[in-house]
Amino acid sequence: MTTGGGRASSAPLLGRDHEPTLFELSRAGRRSASFRSTGIPEWEADELVPEEHLRVEPVDTVEVSERDLVAHFTRLTHRQYSVDVGAYPLGSCTMKYNPKVCDEVAALPGLARVHPAAPAALSQGWLELLVELEAALCAITGMAAATLQPAAGAAGELTGLLLMRAWHAAAGDERRRVIIPDSAHGTNPASVTLGGYDVTTVPSDDRGCVDLEALRAALDTDVAGIMLTNPNTLGLFEEDIVEIARAVHGVGGLLYYDGANLNAILGVTRPGDMGFDIVHMNLHKTFATPHGGGGPGAGPVAVAERLVPFLPGPRPVRSGDGQLDWEDPPRSIGRIHSWHGNALVLARAYAYILANGSDGLRRVADAAVLNANWLRRRLSSSYDIPFDRPSMHEFVASAATLKRRTGVRALDVAKRLLEEGFHAPTVYFPLIVEEALMLEPTETESPQTVEALAEALERIAAEALEAASAEGSSASPTAALAPRTTPVGRVDEARAARQLVPTWDARPQGE
Amino acid sequence: MAGYVPHTDEELEEMLAFLGLGSLDELFTVVPPALRLAGGLDLDEGLPEADVLDRLQRLGGGNRAAELVCFAGAGAYDHDVPAATRALAGRSEFVTSYTPYQPEVSQGVLQALFEFQTLLGRISGMEISNASLYDGASACVEAANLAAAQTGRDRIWVSQGVHPHWRQVLRTFAAGTGHEIVEIPLVDGVTAWPDAGTDSGSGGPGSGAPAAVLVQSPNFLGCLESVPAARRAADGAGALLLVAADPVASGILRTPGEQGADVVVGEGQPLGISLGFGGPYLGLFTCRANLVRRLPGRLVGETVDGEGRRAYVTTLRAREQDIRREKASSNVCTNQTLMAVTAAIQLGWLGTGGLRELALRCGRGARYCREALVAIDGVTPAAPAPTLREFAVRTPLPAATVVGRLAEEGFLAGVAVGPGFEGTPYEDCLLVAVTERRTRAEIDAYASSFEKAVR
Repeated sequence: MTTGGGRASSAPLLGRDHEPTLFELSRAGRRSASFRSTGIPEWEADELVPEEHLRVEPVDTVEVSERDLVAHFTRLTHRQYSVDVGAYPLGSCTMKYNPKVCDEVAALPGLARVHPAAPAALSQGWLELLVELEAALCAITGMAAATLQPAAGAAGELTGLLLMRAWHAAAGDERRRVIIPDSAHGTNPASVTLGGYDVTTVPSDDRGCVDLEALRAALDTDVAGIMLTNPNTLGLFEEDIVEIARAVHGVGGLLYYDGANLNAILGVTRPGDMGFDIVHMNLHKTFATPHGGGGPGAGPVAVAERLVPFLPGPRPVRSGDGQLDWEDPPRSIGRIHSWHGNALVLARAYAYILANGSDGLRRVADAAVLNANWLRRRLSSSYDIPFDRPSMHEFVASAATLKRRTGVRALDVAKRLLEEGFHAPTVYFPLIVEEALMLEPTETESPQTVEALAEALERIAAEALEAASAEGSSASPTAALAPRTTPVGRVDEARAARQLVPTWDARPQGE
Repeated sequence: MAGYVPHTDEELEEMLAFLGLGSLDELFTVVPPALRLAGGLDLDEGLPEADVLDRLQRLGGGNRAAELVCFAGAGAYDHDVPAATRALAGRSEFVTSYTPYQPEVSQGVLQALFEFQTLLGRISGMEISNASLYDGASACVEAANLAAAQTGRDRIWVSQGVHPHWRQVLRTFAAGTGHEIVEIPLVDGVTAWPDAGTDSGSGGPGSGAPAAVLVQSPNFLGCLESVPAARRAADGAGALLLVAADPVASGILRTPGEQGADVVVGEGQPLGISLGFGGPYLGLFTCRANLVRRLPGRLVGETVDGEGRRAYVTTLRAREQDIRREKASSNVCTNQTLMAVTAAIQLGWLGTGGLRELALRCGRGARYCREALVAIDGVTPAAPAPTLREFAVRTPLPAATVVGRLAEEGFLAGVAVGPGFEGTPYEDCLLVAVTERRTRAEIDAYASSFEKAVR
């Protein structure tokens, strides 16, 4: 047989062989596509477009049968871990179960088939949905109004910072600095820079919370605001939040709430009640919209009353006659998305909020915090827990002692856990904890699953200690070799960066 | 209500007892009492699944646009999505996975992204593609930021033919970066770049030379721009050339890469993604190899595992926000991976011949429709420049009125050109798009209703 073309074999699944790329499966002349009959004259390209614009040869993409296409991508899914397969205790990512009813919502023709430029009169259902979702998000966060445009958390952060900038500018107050704790997500300082501000980092104290005295020392009238995650990235509630808010407001600054950890406080307390002025939410975390392998997300931003006139436009608003229409707020910072945000993600989140309701959302927080605390307590005998006090929905353990005694690092623990059938926790974050393992079981994992996760982590620590004592050496071969049961073993990341192969076409021939 | 928390009451008690707690409320004693929400959230009680679906279905029923035969475009196109693409893109392993930070259990998403990057490189004629951005607008913003960082300049020349929403988003984010957005007007539907020869001393519009020149082709009005002319404008000013391209048009048009683009951006929605009221869509971003260290967003590379087996991993991570923090030139983290995977599947289904045929069919439908509309008394082309899938016409009545009247006849007639074109000859024109979905019978009926509507 000539080369190329597909092979309907599950070898990559069963034999740990690699899956060929689409380009290797391609064979000239093969095709999947077919097009509807239209009855329109079949003009040639040069009868449609002047030759100077036309390519000579068609762009060579790939030529595969539909059968091979389906087999290829299905085999790829067999090489992919997901929430639907098992627990995903990635701290700060809130990888909870994504209800299937929300998939059906996103596929409803009445929602999915609507063109975004359709006049408001022809898309009243969508405007209604957006207005209702906005109201629900405001009820949950204790804010006055929200924009649903930001497509992800980081887009929400930058939107919030531009709101901060516009609000100060409207008062003729040019400020240059934004304060961020040293435990913050990396997106926070990056967003501050893109918002045109300088970052001032404040340290955490020995409780793992913002050092209030250091914060007070950093505050002056050059500070535009502070970005906080509460509970913070250590999973700890910032108990001094009222004092922090008073201090920041005292110098005329604003408080920005990074909603990465909102799951912990649903129905318990609200950012608005804590004194926050700007709040972004990650609907793909708290409100269970699927993460899609790295997006799409949605990062709505809710604000206090005084910031409403600055929100991005256009916004859906209800007019006197009950009809909904688009409106630009009077001092709007402008548009931040091509259209209205990740609308079908917003619809999923709204369905999730309706399904849970006030009672269900509180139950989410209860079970999320209970699972995390149970796991923290359980693991405190096999791992370091640097800030060992009641946590919220996640906590940070450390493999520092384990590493000293056995050479097994946080990374090794993570890779070894993959062999145990669980996704790894977040590692080496937050930066202020050595050998950090950040665990967030979420509320949708049963007590049995959380216990099995604990047992797996305990087994990994015990086996490392055993190996170290048996060999009297510092290296644990088992953990350092992990994972051995996954589609590929530990990946050579240094080589990927050193010999960059970013496309099939950039690949050295003959490999 | 629908419940997604599995714990039984007995299990809750057992877990609380392990922690030495007597109630769930005691989990939250760290929250100062004054901040605790008395009486719970001000929302209705949870609903059973079927009621949720009914409620959302009713909201969907309020969208008359969903039932109209679509001639609207303006950056969002009513293409057919084949069953295979829908089935594969809906696989829950793609849908419910996280960012591939653990490559050993994420080879599926990583390889699909590697194939996406390869396909995007081919259709744009560029060497590097990232793994997606939010949408066309965000891709433009990131391209402008890249150009500013690369050149040390802060001015961007933006053709007025660039989607008006994208131009607005560029301005919004320029408030933070301090970039100056200078719009270059259209003449006869295409950009009238300043003459580099006469303006080379001052650098042209604005004061000082631009970091980049941004052109969209086909532009918002559907007109094919001259990419070589934009390249000359960029060269005259010593700027980078940023081209916003349409992935469907790449089936028959020369690639921006072969015409000298430094960065090619675009909106990937036409590649298998539903209209969805504007999102989630797909920001496309490709560039030349010399710019890879400034590439925004994620990049997947091929490597090997410990046993030498082929493997994929996100690479050049040192560019990204979680490592560079305040020194990062982009804050992108979560992007639109599932849409990129969808686009790879769709490009695979279309194949070499199908992508060309798709572009041809759009062009044929648009020509047929355009000829039918301009045959109507008082309807004239808005510009003489060549077009492909989309074109603009002047109508005897305000464009919004035409859209309103044709909705009564079952058509979404197009998009009224408005904000971003004030005071130009294109203001209040009607932008009409024709995809491969539109049949001759539909176009005939549309043109006939159009004629009645403007009579």
